[in-house]
Parts: sequence; C-alpha cells; structure tokens
Amino acid sequence: MAEIWTNYGWPLTWIILKIFMIIVPLMISVAYLTLFERKVIGAMHLRKGPNVVGPFGLLQPIADGLKLFFKETVIPTGSNTIVFVLAPIVTFVLALLAWSVIPVGAGLVLADINVGILFLFAISSLGVYGVLMAGWASNSRYAFLGALRSAAQMVSYEVSMGFVIVTVLMCVGSLNLSDIVEAQRTVWFVFPLLPMAIIFFVSTLAETNRHPFDLPEAEAELVAGYNVEYSSMTFALFFLGEYANMILMSAMTVILFLGGWLPPFNLSIFNLIPGPIWFAAKISLCLFVFVWVRATLPRYRYDQLMRLGWKVFLPISIGAVAVIGGVLVASNILPLNNTG
Amino acid sequence: MDNYLQEYFPILVFLGIALSIAGAIVLGSLIIVPQKPDIEKNSSYECGFEAFDNARNKFDVRFYLVAILFIIFDLEVAFLFPWAISLGEIGVFGFWSMIIFLIVLTIGFIYEWRQGALEWE
Repeated sequence: MAEIWTNYGWPLTWIILKIFMIIVPLMISVAYLTLFERKVIGAMHLRKGPNVVGPFGLLQPIADGLKLFFKETVIPTGSNTIVFVLAPIVTFVLALLAWSVIPVGAGLVLADINVGILFLFAISSLGVYGVLMAGWASNSRYAFLGALRSAAQMVSYEVSMGFVIVTVLMCVGSLNLSDIVEAQRTVWFVFPLLPMAIIFFVSTLAETNRHPFDLPEAEAELVAGYNVEYSSMTFALFFLGEYANMILMSAMTVILFLGGWLPPFNLSIFNLIPGPIWFAAKISLCLFVFVWVRATLPRYRYDQLMRLGWKVFLPISIGAVAVIGGVLVASNILPLNNTG
Repeated sequence: MDNYLQEYFPILVFLGIALSIAGAIVLGSLIIVPQKPDIEKNSSYECGFEAFDNARNKFDVRFYLVAILFIIFDLEVAFLFPWAISLGEIGVFGFWSMIIFLIVLTIGFIYEWRQGALEWE
C-alpha cells in the first residue's frame, strides 16, 4: 500500500498541484485582463473606465463573474442541446490545455514534450471546432454567419502562422519550446526576423478574432457572432476561453520572438529578477498592444481581411521560408540537431 | 518509449481537470439558479421578430473553397516542420529538394489566384 502511494500517489498529487498552479494564476490573469482592457481603452478615450466596484474598480471582474454565474442558462428550443452545451466547454478546455506545455521559466513547465510547438499548433487549430459547434448548434442566423466567418478567418491566418513558425524552427533546430527560448540567448528572434514577427503578431490578432479582425463578432451587423444565443456560464466559458487564448497567443509570440523568460540584456541586475516575471512582463506588453490596437484601428472589411491573409501574408511567408532557409544554408550557420 | 508517454501523462490529467472545472461551473449555475423557460425567451434571436425558418440554409461556396485551400497549405506546413528542424543535417541537397517542392506549390497557388479562388467581392 505504502509503495503504491510513493510510486504513484505522490507524483500524481504533485502533478495535480502543478496543474492548479497553472490554472489559478491563468484564471486570475484572464479576469484582470478584462479590467485592464476596459481601463486602458477608457484612458485612451479620456474616460475613467470601471471605478465603482472596489478601489480603482479592482473588484469589477469578480462582480461580473458572479453576475454571470447567477443568470439563467437559456438553451434555445431550436438548438442541438448537447452540442450547444458542449461548444463552450470545448473552447474553454482547449484554451486551458495549451498552457500545459508553455515554459514560464527555465525548467518550469508541466509537460516538457519535445514536440511542444506542434502541440500548440494543433490545439489552436482545434479551437475552430468550438466556434463551429456553437454556430451550428445555436440554429440562429447570426450565430451561423458568425461561426462561418470566424472559422474561415482562423483557418486562413493559421496557414501563414505555420510558415512563420517554420522560419523560427529553422533557426532553432528543435520543436521543444524550452529549446526555442534557449536559442535566443544571444539575440531575440524579433531582431533578425522582424517582418516575420510582425506577420505572426497580426495573425494572432486574426486568430483570436480581435480588432481589427473581429468580423465574427461585428456587433453592428451580427450582434455578437457565434455566441449570440449563449447566456450565463455557457457564455462566460466562451469569454474566458477567448481571453485565455489571447494570453496564450501573446505567450507564443513571447516564446518565439521575444526570448521567453530571458532578460533583455545579460546583466547581473536583470538576471536577479526571476524568469517567470520577465515572461509575465513580456506577455503584458503584448496584451497591451492587443488592447491598443482595439482602441485605435477601425474594423476591416471581410474581403480586405481575406486578401491580407491569402494574398499578402501567405506569399510573403512562403518567400521568407525559402529566403531565410537559403541564407542559413549558404552561410552554414544552421543549428545541428542535437537529439539526433 | 515508456518515458515518451510519461511526458504526456500530465497533459491527460490536465485535460481531465479542465473538463471537470468547465462541467462543474456550467452544471453549478444550471442547478443553483432558478430556470424559468418561456417560449419567447427560448426562441432563437432575430432582432425582435419571430424566426422565419431554419437558420441552417445555403451559404457561400467560398467558405468551402477556403477550407480546401487551408487543407492543402496546412499539409504543406506539416511537411515543412520536420524539414526545418533537420535542415542542419540534410544540408544543401535537402534545401534544394524542398525548394523544388515549394516551386510546385507556388505554381498551384498562382493558378488559384488567377482563377479567382481568392476573390471576395
């Protein structure tokens, strides 16, 4: 009995503890990201933003969450009940699951799998299912149109994101996320691969259905897109999933281009600050840009959006794969695959 | 082989925990909060008037087209991943092989473009 406990019990408890050490801070960040967004947009509009609930509105996210919890769950009669309820759960679970491979510091990762970036890519592709299921099961025109637009858009930008990731992988020679960060010790990839970093960041905006690519939610024409029929916690799960995805996409940008948990300069003062703090600071910077873009830019038209994805980003990123590969091969500075 | 799978075990546990959290909050709200269903409330939303008919009707064929193009290009990316990480070993020969592959795909891409598969007017 005691042997079973030491062999399986403790490791399992430790794993569960680590999982909660990921989920709890993530959920708190998601809650405060909504407040952050409203505050920053408020400041950019010369407003105050939420400031009534708690000091500086700090309790606003909790109040919002409680309010949503105590609302009635409306399930439309014309809907496919099971798929309708499953859709937000799928979105939420996938948004959380991706975090199991994100390294927040040197060695601080739940599952250090050696195909980390492929796993992330797969999870973000699966995100389309939540949206499509919601749009289909709702049996509402707005939801249906929103889901179609959203799926087509996510799928289009996924392609150029894939090519951008390939350019980074050529410079690293590994699919492991920790290796990708360690490869940036001398120089962050954002400097040599600046155009790729920009394409990647804009694609993440489209991938998370954010401004200026938020056509699926276009409140003026589609009211709220695929989640128009949702209420209470089913809606809240979509909301949490979307914001967790925003943080995830920022984390991917940070890992691929901004040197993950590494400090900006290899100085002893900077090295004193622990890696996770650098990681969080860089993610916050990315999220600020997300919000900034939302406050600044007008929405794209759908044909402009598709043109940008297929006719601008795709040719540029395919070309970049060939050019960067060529430069690396010609100058013979390719990383050798150390895992063999 | 065993070690390989061991690295994925935490992800499985994570999946279980995430599913139970999501299920618990949906069910919790459904049970605690009194539900008062109503014909009007449960009809699908259509800006005030009653829904004409089933929402699942025809839609633009271009969405299909985008999905098909996505499959082609995503497969291409899937080929590029292993190529990219082993480029250091396969060297110049591997590089040119992939360039030929990319050229073939680019010809296909140009054809799509000329056929107007990428137009949204």
